[in-house]
Order: sequence, then C-alpha cells, then structure tokens
Amino acid sequence: MIKSLQARQEPLAKSEAQVAWLENEGGGERFSSKLQDCGLYPLRATGVTVLQVNLGKMCNQVCKHCHVDAGPDRKEIMTKETMQQCLDVLASTDIPVVDLTGGAPEMNPHFRWFVEEISALGRKVMVRCNLTIILANPKYHDLPEFFKKHQVEVVSSLPAVTALRTDAQRGKGVFDKSIKALQMLNAVGYGQEGTGLKLNLVYNPSGAFMSGSQEALEKEFKSRLSSRFDIIFNQLYAITNLPVSRFLEFLVESGNYDAYMDGLIEAFNPAAAEGVMCRNTISVGWDGYLYDCDFNQMLDLKVAVKNGVHIKDYNAIALNEREIVLGQHCYGCTAGAGSSCGGQTA
Amino acid sequence: MDKTYYNPDDLKKFGDIAEFQPELAEKFFDYYGSVFKEGALTEREKSLIALAVSHAVQCPYCIDAYTKDSLQKGVDEEQMMEAVHVAAAIRGGASLVHGVQMMNKVKEVTM
Ligand code: SF4
Ligand code: SF4
Repeated sequence: MIKSLQARQEPLAKSEAQVAWLENEGGGERFSSKLQDCGLYPLRATGVTVLQVNLGKMCNQVCKHCHVDAGPDRKEIMTKETMQQCLDVLASTDIPVVDLTGGAPEMNPHFRWFVEEISALGRKVMVRCNLTIILANPKYHDLPEFFKKHQVEVVSSLPAVTALRTDAQRGKGVFDKSIKALQMLNAVGYGQEGTGLKLNLVYNPSGAFMSGSQEALEKEFKSRLSSRFDIIFNQLYAITNLPVSRFLEFLVESGNYDAYMDGLIEAFNPAAAEGVMCRNTISVGWDGYLYDCDFNQMLDLKVAVKNGVHIKDYNAIALNEREIVLGQHCYGCTAGAGSSCGGQTA
Repeated sequence: MDKTYYNPDDLKKFGDIAEFQPELAEKFFDYYGSVFKEGALTEREKSLIALAVSHAVQCPYCIDAYTKDSLQKGVDEEQMMEAVHVAAAIRGGASLVHGVQMMNKVKEVTM
C-alpha cells in the first residue's frame, strides 16, 4: 500500500506548498479576475444549507487522487468535544443537511454517536462512505443496517465498472470489495424503489482528464452494474478532480499539470461558477476550524470571518454572507458542467 | 530539439486551418460538431468509433484526442483495445479479401 504524502515527507504534503504551487507555477488568468469578468466577484455565500463535517484524515484506503491525503497512517480525527460543538451549532441554526466525510468517517470512534445525535435533531445525514470500510473489519459489517436505521444517505465513490481502472485509482482489490459492499447496501434496501434509502455514486476520473456528461455516465454505470452485478443505485455524481494534495502531486509528477489546468481554465463556465457549492456550505475540519469547502480545508484557507474561524465561535450571520476565499484550484469547480460534492452544477 | 513532422501542440491549433480558408473551415467544424452530438448513437459510441477509425487512418492527433475523449466518456482500457482490434481486423480483412481478386486473376491467366 502506498503511503500518504505526509508519511513520505513530500514537499506537497504541506498546504502552504500547494497554495504556492497553484498560485505561482501555472500560468493562466487568476480565478478571481475570471469571476470579475462575469460579475461574480467578490463571490459571496447565499446562506448555509449544508454543514460538511470532516471527521478525520484516517482511512483504510490510500487512493492516488485523494485531496485529503488520507490513509491508515493519518491519525488526525475529530474529538467528541468538537462534535458536540457541531451539534450545538446545528441546534441553534436551521441547517438542514449534515454531510459527513473524511478519510473514512466511520473509523472515528464517535461516528455512530454523532449520527444518532444529528438524527435526533431532525437533520438529514449524508455519509461519504468509501464502501470497502464496510468489509474492512467485522465491527463495520453492520454499517448498512446502521445507515438504514437513521435514514442516512450514502454517497460512495466508484470511478469505473472495471477492476483495472478502479484499482489503479483506489488500490488493489478495491473494486471487488466495493461491489460486495454495494450488494450489501442493496440487500438492506439501499437504492431500491420505495424504500427512501438513497445510494448515490460518485464518479471521479481516474487520471488527468475531465469527466464526460453526468447523464451519459449514469446510464452507462446503471446498465453495467445491473447486468454484471445486479446492483442498483439512485444517482451518479460526476466530479472533477481538483488540483489539491495527492491529485496535485500526481499531476506534477506525471507532467500533466499544465495541460490539466489549461483544460480547466478553457472550460470555465460562468453558470457553473454561479452554482459553486461553497456558496451554501460550511466545511468543518477535524480540529473544528471552518472553511468554505473541503478543498479550502486541505489548503488551510480558513473562512474570511473575523473572530469566527472555529466552530466554537460560529457566527451564523457573518458566515451566511461571507466572502468566499478563492484560488486557482477553484477552476476545478467551474469547468464544463461544473463540479460539487453533489455532482454537476450547471 | 529533434525535428519531427508531428508536433503534439499542433492539435490545439486545429482551428487555425480557418486562417487560409475561413468559409470551408467553418462548414467543416459545424459539421464535425453535429456529427459527434448524441443522435441515434450515443456520444460514447461515437467516441469509440472515432478511436477505431483514428487507428485505421493512423492519425496521431486523432488517437491522442479520442483516447482522452473515450476516457472522459467512461470507456475503459479493455473496450478501447477491442475498438482498436476492430480497426485492425477490418484493415487486415480488407487486404485479405483482395486475395480473392488475386486468385481470380491467377485462375484467369494460368493453365
Ligand atoms: S479518496 Fe476517500 S477513500 Fe480514498 S483515501 Fe481519500 S478519503 Fe480515503
Ligand atoms: S474550490 Fe471551494 S472555494 Fe473554490 S469554488 Fe470550489 S467550492 Fe468554492
């Protein structure tokens, strides 16, 4: 198994080094001036409807494109105290959706307690489940049942319907285990009509290329997963890989950085820019700091709110209309049909 | 620097052919765009056909472009290689089927 950039002591493991690379190495028009051209600068939030909480960088996988630089060697995880602060914010606001991510969020020892508490507040929970975690240890085998009990929406990555492409991105044996996990989710009712149990898949290109049409890919995935493995799911979200962390390192190492960035810039779409997810999301880091999105979190670009950059100081009024912190990586969200944690935006 | 007939950067300049003859270039690119839109065939199917034809006509620009395009459309390695084999089979078959013509001629002129 490969190791995280941090364990390999790669220079790009550090967020400052990534920001410096993104801002200085690539040519191309500044993202902010591109927004200015279409009247969207400064870009402001329009409220907060999703609280995306990163429960930690610990993961059972070490995917090559991971923008979190997650892996088994990462020990940073959210404490119960910070989770309680998130619950306090939820209780004092009307944020309807909590999106749990990581690493593998299920590896946090307080994961189940947190889900139960969020549910008790009547908020919808989404979990970014990497699928293989369900099979990683007997203590996780009942996750599908647990998700079902709390009506958790499951969002899982699958870059292809073949082992070759999937394992090249996510690690040896991941495809077979992912298929098994999807079948387990289907077995308890996920993806099945009438159950209300949502199972959505995320498609990330497994290389230096952008994603094709979400609709066409969804059709293709549905037909191949069902005919080969009897698997059904609700929606496919096609997501563009942002040049952050391990994907940035891959682009640089493979000599694809310039062409990839040029492609993103060339495909800039003002309609996608208008719908970027940071405008209605707050991302909470494992240590409680607040960011405009999970990418800014990995680049350590905290929210631009005075005295309110930590969940314990959550300032709803200021955050709801904050100015978003931007960088060259943002071009990943605005290329073509756009990209967000919920797929295309335009 | 080595001098070669093909330069990968020239692919990006395809549109420049309009410089010497704008009217025909415009017609061609319009047509080209329409051909690759979803119709009775999906964009994915068209991309795979284009990939196979690229190998048949041995155009390095097209191979570059349609390998990437196929990947973007979710085509995997096995499918791409099968498309190349289709091109190879047709090319090989096209030569071999002319063997019948050769045989006809042989039979015509020999005792
Ligand atoms: S992409 Fe997801 S599953 Fe893969 S290493 Fe990163 S956090 Fe883990
Ligand atoms: S990278 Fe983050 S801040 Fe930038 S546009 Fe995308 S969601 Fe917004």
